[in-house]
Amino acid sequence: MDALSRYEPIIDDFAAFLDACERPLPTTVRVNPIKATPDRAVEALGEAGVGVERRDWHPGVLEVDTDKPGNTWPYVHGWIHGQEEVSSVPPAVLSPESGDVVWDACAAPGGKTTQLAAEIDDEGLVVANDDNLGRLSALRGNCDRLGVTSAAVTNGDARRTTLDAFPNVDAFDHALVDAPCTCEGTIRKNPDALEGAGASASRNLAALQSDILSRAVELTREGGTVVYSTCTFAPEENEGVVDTVLDEGACRLVEFDTGLDSVEGLTEWDGESYDDSLAEARRYYPHHNDTGGFFTAKLEVTA
Amino acid sequence: MSENVSHQFDRLPATDDDREVAGRPSREAVVDWWVDRFDVPEDTFDGYTLWEKGKGKVWALPYDLDGPVPVEALGLKLLRTRQEHWKPTTDAVQRFGREAEQNVIVLDDERAKRFVAGEEQEVEWDGDWGYLVVAHELAGGVEPIGVGLYTYGDLKSMVPKGHRRDL
Repeated sequence: MDALSRYEPIIDDFAAFLDACERPLPTTVRVNPIKATPDRAVEALGEAGVGVERRDWHPGVLEVDTDKPGNTWPYVHGWIHGQEEVSSVPPAVLSPESGDVVWDACAAPGGKTTQLAAEIDDEGLVVANDDNLGRLSALRGNCDRLGVTSAAVTNGDARRTTLDAFPNVDAFDHALVDAPCTCEGTIRKNPDALEGAGASASRNLAALQSDILSRAVELTREGGTVVYSTCTFAPEENEGVVDTVLDEGACRLVEFDTGLDSVEGLTEWDGESYDDSLAEARRYYPHHNDTGGFFTAKLEVTA
Repeated sequence: MSENVSHQFDRLPATDDDREVAGRPSREAVVDWWVDRFDVPEDTFDGYTLWEKGKGKVWALPYDLDGPVPVEALGLKLLRTRQEHWKPTTDAVQRFGREAEQNVIVLDDERAKRFVAGEEQEVEWDGDWGYLVVAHELAGGVEPIGVGLYTYGDLKSMVPKGHRRDL
């Protein structure tokens, strides 16, 4: 947990935070509304003897009293998808509409892609990209099992993505950048998550992250929304990245509320100061909602 | 006539008369096949464009794009054509087979579990031979599990190996 000690000045009740990081996560699934309503999924899980607890903030997020939700009929039918609760935040914040064209820049293994497809009622186009060919098979498998028809899967470097493959598409309506990160917030499911984490690893990733986010802003139409998210606590990879892209002048931060407990984004860290509007970004801590750690920022494209 | 290009998605021609690639199925033929074989509603694919990538693999996308589209996947794979018997995919049967009225076999719980585990089983069926929608009752409705191949009194599970489960 040493890699987390540098956050003591910014996290309230730091002891409770560390305690939560050492506890295993509850097992949660997201109901896939393309194939089933939450009520029907709950009923089918009940028939399988699996107890379910619903979450207030999102009708499709369920805590299940089994370690293996994959061995149930609702999973076989693609009614549910194993997804960490806080991972459902970014697509819900992006909230695209039916018929929209959405870019998922770093899409594998596809939990958020399939949620984006559900957000558009599986009508429209979700361009789901990942640079790692090996991870694309998991992405495709999840899209197929969940019955997603609206996804186009591409394999490329998000920093250099173009719209050339889609001659009828001039710009994306919205984009999600769930960036590759140091994953410190996944410590509760992956005990090795903190290996290699630290300020220098975070600084090294920040350039990649801001290049991807910058590309997403460029490819999204004026008035469109770009959501940036990571599963790390590191300000260098979070507020620092958004601050860099805000400086380019083509977007602004927008306020949002998911219903989950969260705290404001930072406006200063380690001698750096960030744009005041970064307070509109949200930090999700393990001890607040009994989830993993997460960061989410919502941007509106202005030019 | 043009050639099929394996690394890109091409739109299906509307009808056989519009065909420019030898052997490529038309949109009309694909939609008719689902209606004829499974008696799904005529408008099932109205909001979808249909595509071929690789010989005979047909995909559905709920968006109007011109082709060709050089991507890894485009929509959901519906079926394989270009062989004697067209074969629907498990994923398409789960997604579009719910409203099927014909060639649907509803298994009891014990048989449904054997089916999803990949077992071949003897079943009584006085309908057509060939590919069937295999379904069961779940949470107050009939839900398609996948594709079965029925011949000579046997129902063979076409559930892909990676999707098989011991429930």
